Amino acid sequence: MNVLDIKNLTVEFPGRKSVFVAVDDVDMSVEAGKILGVVGESGAGKSTVGNAVIGLLQEPGHIAGGEIFLHGKRIDQLPYKDKRLLRGRKIGMIFQDPLTSLDPLQTVESQLVETIRTHMPFSGNEARKRAVELIDAVGIPDPEERIKQYPHQFSGGMRQRVVIALALCAEPELVIADEPTTALDVSIQAQILELMKKLCEERNVAMLVITHDMGVIADITDHVAVMYHGELVEYGETTQVLGAPKHPYTQSLISAVPRPDIRVERFPVVNYIEKAGTPQKQIDISTHWLGKSRDYEKVEGPLVQIRGLDMRFETRGSIFPSRRKYFQAVKKVSFDIQEGETFGLVGESGSGKSTIARLVTGLYQPSGGSILFGKTELTSLKNRKDVLAMRRQMQMIFQDPYSSLNARMRVRDIIAEPIKFHKLASGNSEVRQIVDDLLDHVGLGVAAGQKFPHEFSGGQRQRISIARALATRPRFLICDEPTSALDVSIQAQILNLLKDLQEELGLTMLFISHDLAVIRQMCNRIGVMRHGELCEVSGCDQLFEAPQHAYTRELLELMPSMELLSRANLESA
Amino acid sequence: MIGFATRRLLQAMIVMLVVALLAFTMFRFVGDPVNQMVGIETSIEEREALRERLGLNDPIPVQFFRFVTQAAQFNFGTSYQFRQPVSDLFAKRIPATLELSFTSALFALVVGIPMGIYAGLNRESAVSKLFLSVSLIGISLPTFFIGILLIFLFSVTLQWLPSFGRGEVVPVGSWWTTGFLTVSGLKALILPSITLGLYQMTLIMRLIRAEMLEVIRTDYIKFARARGLPDRLVNFRHALKNTLVPVITITGLQLGAIIAFATITETVFQWPGMGLMFLQAVQNVDIPIMSAYLLLTAFLFVAINFIVDILYFFIDPRLRVGRP
Repeated sequence: MNVLDIKNLTVEFPGRKSVFVAVDDVDMSVEAGKILGVVGESGAGKSTVGNAVIGLLQEPGHIAGGEIFLHGKRIDQLPYKDKRLLRGRKIGMIFQDPLTSLDPLQTVESQLVETIRTHMPFSGNEARKRAVELIDAVGIPDPEERIKQYPHQFSGGMRQRVVIALALCAEPELVIADEPTTALDVSIQAQILELMKKLCEERNVAMLVITHDMGVIADITDHVAVMYHGELVEYGETTQVLGAPKHPYTQSLISAVPRPDIRVERFPVVNYIEKAGTPQKQIDISTHWLGKSRDYEKVEGPLVQIRGLDMRFETRGSIFPSRRKYFQAVKKVSFDIQEGETFGLVGESGSGKSTIARLVTGLYQPSGGSILFGKTELTSLKNRKDVLAMRRQMQMIFQDPYSSLNARMRVRDIIAEPIKFHKLASGNSEVRQIVDDLLDHVGLGVAAGQKFPHEFSGGQRQRISIARALATRPRFLICDEPTSALDVSIQAQILNLLKDLQEELGLTMLFISHDLAVIRQMCNRIGVMRHGELCEVSGCDQLFEAPQHAYTRELLELMPSMELLSRANLESA
Repeated sequence: MIGFATRRLLQAMIVMLVVALLAFTMFRFVGDPVNQMVGIETSIEEREALRERLGLNDPIPVQFFRFVTQAAQFNFGTSYQFRQPVSDLFAKRIPATLELSFTSALFALVVGIPMGIYAGLNRESAVSKLFLSVSLIGISLPTFFIGILLIFLFSVTLQWLPSFGRGEVVPVGSWWTTGFLTVSGLKALILPSITLGLYQMTLIMRLIRAEMLEVIRTDYIKFARARGLPDRLVNFRHALKNTLVPVITITGLQLGAIIAFATITETVFQWPGMGLMFLQAVQNVDIPIMSAYLLLTAFLFVAINFIVDILYFFIDPRLRVGRP
């Protein structure tokens, strides 16, 4: 018998002008001991399904039609108080961000005990005993000790374990996990997914896993429901749906997922969500402004040479040098980047990869070592004119497309700013023409220049960032997690665009990502970082097929396997 | 924790020294202290003798050091107008001001916090909107106007409550006098403490409301609801406690403000506290009282801020221990 049955569920959010239908006529069900995955891109309505089941829809959203059954009993029409009794008792929930889902001011124990005592007729001591057992069951060492601690004393992965323990307090029959591993590193993700699968089997719990990540779906789910714009487009056994997708949306979504096991020249274009936008007019790079003054001084050997780079941050200040404490973010890192290649830096959070980007661009002053760009030693530049000249040659694209653009400037002015600042064009009309060409070239269209950043989606904003980076006619582009805030289909477009631009303009790139699959698609050579040290540098295929360092092998093993996914539409390079 | 407290104490002492310097400058250089003390017919020789006796001819740093040492022993000199030690005058006036401030702070907290919680949790309800409109009045009307309005309504028209003074006071211990123990004393407290506390009350209410609105949107509140916790636990144990850090900061500062700036209320109600005395001192250029008042006010603010900083440690565990 099914634990959860959702029949013809429709959820509406009435707005001032019209009613937004977030979930449209959706059916799905989960059996005990099985995991159902709900997958889709942002705005697909997948989280809304989970919130509707547990009865926590954000006002003014409401269930406009359909039925939800838990063990055959209808639950969507229960009064508020009875619904509350279901939460935690029958349905547990796990949220995305373990750093924010625990009350920072209460110990782990008190949060567990209050939940247990809300649902079960336990005395304080019995509840404490059960809390320790739960903490032990989710694999936290020293449960007796750790339970007395506050959430901030736990790492992200450990906190997600606490969250899972909290969801399991009253032995619910159904657990809803909303993006349970999105905020975690690969290695922690693998552990948490394994734990969820184990608990699901041992305790015979039905689980609804909501995620945008095909890897997670392929890894742990038994069934999968693919959602698109509130509708259920495909539903079935995971092997079936991923291996032989029927609906065109599922097909294109799966083909846009970067694979760690094969390298593709270009991603198949998914036009299902957002038009990729092709340039209206072709620019002849040899004559156009963008291609001019690319006659940078030729360099013998590598363009960028990093030698023994060190960076430490003071974590405790003191007037006595011996009492100061430091955090060593980058330790004796050395590597070269050849002209025209894409060098990838991969590692988990805190491994120091973004610090290197900031050191190279001069946002931080290194504590030691040297950075040679062409013939110039960047760490000893004093003269402001020289610094500016260097900065013009290297540009950066940041991770978060929402905070990296000034919300109060028009897109046209955002892109014109570096051109004017570095005096790269004569007169306003020429600047205007260049900005229009750039916007067109990154696939946004000339009309975009009039608008403000908030009028664009995440992917479009990242195109604006790219246009802005190109506006100084750089030679070296640093991309710091440029696509990790984007949906897969948009990510595929942006990665294609970066590849095209690099080929066209002969850019040299430093590409930083935590995602090995993306790195594989983009880079010629790859450096693997861990705790501020560079473990291994090798060619792309070599790294994936014959990793040298133990940590690289570990990372590769931990990646969710994509073998289930269909390979239609992919042409390997 | 101990290191933190020591650092804060050191900072507090630096602040107090700077304020002492200001008070000293005022004392020494605003007008000639000797001219203020003696009569018109005092001869120049006598003035010089007095100057020598008061140590006004010593080098400035020596004078400053003496000023600080004496201030640390609560010796602020003699008031020009009353011919009495300033510290005795203050001791007589302090109980009135502290009782008034304490009552109005209590009023602001006891009324403001529940109103803020209610308005934060039921943001669309008619009552919350009423609270907000009323609080707007509380913030925008000047204190003296509210005081006069209250006197007109409750003292003149209804004749329920006295319009001035502390009522009957009872001595407690050697120098403290209290109005808490007599009916007339308590009645006399009502109007001035509402007048003084109204602004703080609306401020606290609005602050709690804004913080509550912020906190109930966070993931941990959503997760607490998803765990099926009853609303009472979610709202009070999880939401309210998380709003407290900024609230304590502001309340602490406001408490300082209530004590230090009770001047207007004390004037309107002829309340025999420090504020009234300070105002008279300004009118009569009574520099010793003014500089002592300056020091006392600064000391109150510094002390309250120090206590607030220590309170953070008890509320927020993240400040207590380092990360593992």
